[in-house]
Amino acid sequence: MSKQGQENRPHGTKASDQSLEHIGYLRRVRMEKIYIRIIQFMIVVVALGLWELCANAKLVDPFITSQPTRIIKTMIRLYEEGVLLHHIGITCLEAIVAFVLGTLLGTMIAIILWWSKFLYKVLEPYLVVLNSLPKIALGPVFIVWIGAGPAVIIVMTLAISLIVTTLEVLNGFLAIDEDKIKLVQTFGGTKFQVLTKVILPASAPTFINALKINVGLSWVGVIVGEFLVSKAGLGYLIVYGGQVFKLDLVMTSVIILGIAATVMYQGVVLLEKLLLKNKV
Amino acid sequence: MNEVIVEVQNVGMKYQSLNGEITALENINFSIRNGEFVSIVGPSGCGKSTLLSIISGLFPATAGTVLLSGEKVTGTSRKIGYMLQKDHLFDWRTIYQNVMLGLEIRKLVTPEAKDRALKLLRTYGLFEFKDKYPNQLSGGMRQRVALIRTLMTDPEILLLDEAFSALDYQTRLVVNDDIYTIIKQEHKTALLVTHDIAESISMSDRVILLSKRPGTIKNIYKIQLSCENRTPLSSRETPEFQVYFQELWKGLDVHV
Repeated sequence: MSKQGQENRPHGTKASDQSLEHIGYLRRVRMEKIYIRIIQFMIVVVALGLWELCANAKLVDPFITSQPTRIIKTMIRLYEEGVLLHHIGITCLEAIVAFVLGTLLGTMIAIILWWSKFLYKVLEPYLVVLNSLPKIALGPVFIVWIGAGPAVIIVMTLAISLIVTTLEVLNGFLAIDEDKIKLVQTFGGTKFQVLTKVILPASAPTFINALKINVGLSWVGVIVGEFLVSKAGLGYLIVYGGQVFKLDLVMTSVIILGIAATVMYQGVVLLEKLLLKNKV
Repeated sequence: MNEVIVEVQNVGMKYQSLNGEITALENINFSIRNGEFVSIVGPSGCGKSTLLSIISGLFPATAGTVLLSGEKVTGTSRKIGYMLQKDHLFDWRTIYQNVMLGLEIRKLVTPEAKDRALKLLRTYGLFEFKDKYPNQLSGGMRQRVALIRTLMTDPEILLLDEAFSALDYQTRLVVNDDIYTIIKQEHKTALLVTHDIAESISMSDRVILLSKRPGTIKNIYKIQLSCENRTPLSSRETPEFQVYFQELWKGLDVHV
């Protein structure tokens, strides 16, 4: 990104007249990257290998710790029973719905609080309390109010992510240079135009940050929600596996969860690249 | 050509705060004729920028009135273009989109306006950068884009609020020349607020000197330089330049 910027500067150096030093520098950078990747890969291989070996040698009890081959077998078994994708699908759907809702609602509340400083001043202490409160404590309340269904899982997730999103986005709004707002006002811009021409576009990096935080929080919310009420999903498999002492099932679910959360996070990173390409 | 276009009458400004009242400006009176380039110089905190904001109608003065071509200022006016200290180009817009910002806000985007934007960009050497983003331009070019953005709304009066002070000294001299030439070519009236005495003399027909807070007019200097085809750079080479500089320096009465 910055490299391209330099090339476009009127007096920047061209990439074509490369010296030997520069080629050497590029090679060192590339080699370092490769080493990092190799070591990262080795860590996984060694960790899984040790786990497998220790379990085989009965140094640890695979009944309690599970082991990689048993996890793979469990995955295949779940897949053959036709329930694997069902459980993954339900949890992912809940996570995505909660993620999207949390981000949209949080942004809307942030806009309202930005619009009315008075309302913000009134609500500030409540936001602080709600932000500090461990929202998981509200789980039983939600179950009584809403009933033990998927709705509770979504509400639980919103409870966890909404306030954080609101505060994060609002802080981003308030950090925008006053002079940028003044500029729009000198053109006779209305408050709504200040919002659409400056506040929202200038907050693109803030939104991305909020999304990144929300990916994590959404998964926390969904899994906690599934612990509380669900009949299906990865959180359900974990609780069920724990109760009947099937640690293979628990470990399998945790690993799938890790993969799913990573994929979602990478989705946000991809979005960031698309949105902020060349601009900031 | 010579009619009065801006009249500032008995303008005063008081700010209220919990710790008391601050009088920023007191009893300011001056007028600007069409096509003139006037500077306001004063120590920092003397209310120079406040005065510009009042003239532009961003907020009302607590005393007195401002007239634009005889009409009282009650809010932001289409006759006025405002340039801030930094260029404040929007990173997420291309140069062309930045230039169109004012018209977009006023909902005046027409095919003719688009042509005019491209023409202005071409005239001032920015056409090939129209689809680039601001971070790909140098400081001087960015300031030129900011001026074109202001010119696009076709204001009669340009208010320049420390418009060059974010630039380094060398760039600043060049941009002074650049912007001055553009303003003269487009036949605009300009009011520049600055704390740089040399800059004010080199660009202006008149320099208004404000006292420190509460800001009042200490003196108004008419700048007459013996050079043909005046530009800010050639102004600096005239013998009178130093004389005015000394006079203003004494008037500014700087204590550190």
